Amino acid sequence: MPADQPLVVISRSGAKRWVSAADTAARKVGLRVGMAASKAQAVVANLTMVDADPAADAAALERLAIWALRQYSPVVAVDGTDGVVMDTEGAEHLRGGEEMMISGLVNSLRGRGLTARAAVADTWGAAHALTRLTGAETTVVPARGTTKAVVGLPIHCLRLPPETIQGLRVLGVETVGELSAMPRAPLTLRFGPQVGRRLDQLFGRIAEPIEPLRTPELVGVSKNFQEPIGAAETIAKYLRRLVGELTAKLEERGLGVRRSDLFIYRVDNTRQSIRAGLQKPVRDPARLSKLLCDQIEKVDPGFGIEKMVLVAVMAEPLEERQVASSLIEEQVVDVTPLIDILGNRGQRLYRSTPVASDVPERSVGRIAATADETGVDWGVKWPRPSRMLPRPEEIETMAVLPDQPPVVITWRGKRRRIVRADGPERIFGEWWKRPIEMEAVRDYFVVEDEQGERLWVYRSGDGVDAGTGSHRWFLHGVFG
Amino acid sequence: MTHAQTSKVIDDLRERIAHLEGSIARKTVVLPFGVAGMDERLPGGGLAYGAVHEFAGGGSGTVDGAAATLFAAGVAARSKGKVLWCLTRPDLFAPALSQAGLHPDRVIFCESDREEDVLASMEEGLSFGGLAAVVGELVRLPMTASRRLQLAAEKTGTMGLVVRRWRRQTEASDFGNPTASTTRWRISVLPSEPLPTAGVGRARWLAELMRVKAGESAEFEIGACDAKGGVCLLPISRDGQDQTSWRGSRAS
Repeated sequence: MPADQPLVVISRSGAKRWVSAADTAARKVGLRVGMAASKAQAVVANLTMVDADPAADAAALERLAIWALRQYSPVVAVDGTDGVVMDTEGAEHLRGGEEMMISGLVNSLRGRGLTARAAVADTWGAAHALTRLTGAETTVVPARGTTKAVVGLPIHCLRLPPETIQGLRVLGVETVGELSAMPRAPLTLRFGPQVGRRLDQLFGRIAEPIEPLRTPELVGVSKNFQEPIGAAETIAKYLRRLVGELTAKLEERGLGVRRSDLFIYRVDNTRQSIRAGLQKPVRDPARLSKLLCDQIEKVDPGFGIEKMVLVAVMAEPLEERQVASSLIEEQVVDVTPLIDILGNRGQRLYRSTPVASDVPERSVGRIAATADETGVDWGVKWPRPSRMLPRPEEIETMAVLPDQPPVVITWRGKRRRIVRADGPERIFGEWWKRPIEMEAVRDYFVVEDEQGERLWVYRSGDGVDAGTGSHRWFLHGVFG
Repeated sequence: MTHAQTSKVIDDLRERIAHLEGSIARKTVVLPFGVAGMDERLPGGGLAYGAVHEFAGGGSGTVDGAAATLFAAGVAARSKGKVLWCLTRPDLFAPALSQAGLHPDRVIFCESDREEDVLASMEEGLSFGGLAAVVGELVRLPMTASRRLQLAAEKTGTMGLVVRRWRRQTEASDFGNPTASTTRWRISVLPSEPLPTAGVGRARWLAELMRVKAGESAEFEIGACDAKGGVCLLPISRDGQDQTSWRGSRAS
């Protein structure tokens, strides 16, 4: 069906049929959520109406939550009937910060044809309210800025039953700020304790733990402690035991771990989590426990730990393989364990690879450290500097145009007389990348000064035609 | 005491010392330069595997470390296997490493935000055991850190190469402070090989072996790494106008 055709979803309660969701086209022609179905039909002729299927919606939302669990954070749950809530503390730096994380999230959902709004806030309540009430696609509330962000919001964002909201409206309360300024005792007497609790949860005065989503196919093991534990060695000991149990369970199913989470429940009813990711599925207890034990220092045991749960969030089939034991053949060392260890510590691991481009700064690409060997090399015969400046620095020169290398250059305030030089190596702009490079030319020279320092300089332009460049000189690299 | 007896006593003492040192007792394997003049100045006839070697630049090379990096890349290129290269400043230009004989498939880069992470990654790489060499670009290398690296290298027989680069040229006096490295080198640039025509010839370096365990320091004038990572020793400069000819080469 065409995208500009209005579409609404119709829910029924008893004999009443009403619009429970409307797409952008439908909203444009004036259809609103909550409208009676007959009225909507009266507004738009040939309106496409789809019957609501809450069970399928819930299943789809759960699938979305499981996707988020694998991608973003170990603690993910379904929020109401229309949202997903995640505890991203300690996970956002892996995606370049909060801002980048949620804009990436919204974009990847858009790529799958879903329209989403996301917010990051200190509390579940605040994030819930901001996602649904601000028009912005992404909202980030700075730490401790919750109060300022939510006081002006209307009270129906508080996750209270509709009759309570209605009752508060009758009293003349419209915004969260007004509600929180009211005396608590009469409110509780009239509406029950839920109003006060929701307010406190919104402002972060009382904790609201997220019960993480678990599905039957997730393999997990847990351990309860009679007495709370706290010492790092004790945690490591039980962690190794849990890893042993988990790998035994995975072996039964022929799976290997790609990503595993350890949840640590403290006696004061708070929870912490550690996540370890792997490049390839692994079932080796020693490797997995090394990755998790590396992060024990991040755990704050507080008054003690009463429960530990280890879950293989992402598991992939892992077949046993026979290794040819040849004495003659050279053994190829698999470096994935090392890459896993360093990668889980947050280091950026990569290999460089040639890119077909003559422009020096574009000729190097990055590939994953565990990617297959490419076997290709740059194959440039001209010498290349071992240090490349992040961006070319302008230098002062004395040079004869068009083809002669400079005689004297001044770089970073130091004047150097050039004794030897090689060049020019002419490099043309790549017009298919940027139209501005249509006629651009760079002439590179290797120059050597009296002390023997070898530098890589270039002139922007071919020395004759001003259209090819500014004819200014730049220093681009330092040879050894 | 006759000569035979003396050597027997010395051998006995050596054995006892080796026993005390424990893991070092096994025979050290070396990576020779393939240049007789250089190898004979190094104990064992080359750079030892299972040890940490330090390289710094001279002059403005203390900041960019361009020559020292290439020298280290040449050493890594002549070893066999994968190389872990830990750094904080990503200004290394990989085609130059490839021209020094280090194929891009062999180098795994590990980029960190902090200097301490470079040390930690290097130690992890050295104690992993499956690598040929671990290269790290560092500003500071305190005694404790260098000893940790040295011990990790000894345990597995992986070669640790530290390229020292400083933020300012004046900070390079830090290279005078002792570390636990087995050898320490300073690589400075020299005017390149003169060609019969105009142009820049093969780059040349002054390699100063400033400290070596169980050996004496030395200076070499060498030709920069070729496409296989090999260096060569130059004859004493005959060019009368060459400013550096007075240094000569004590090694050749």
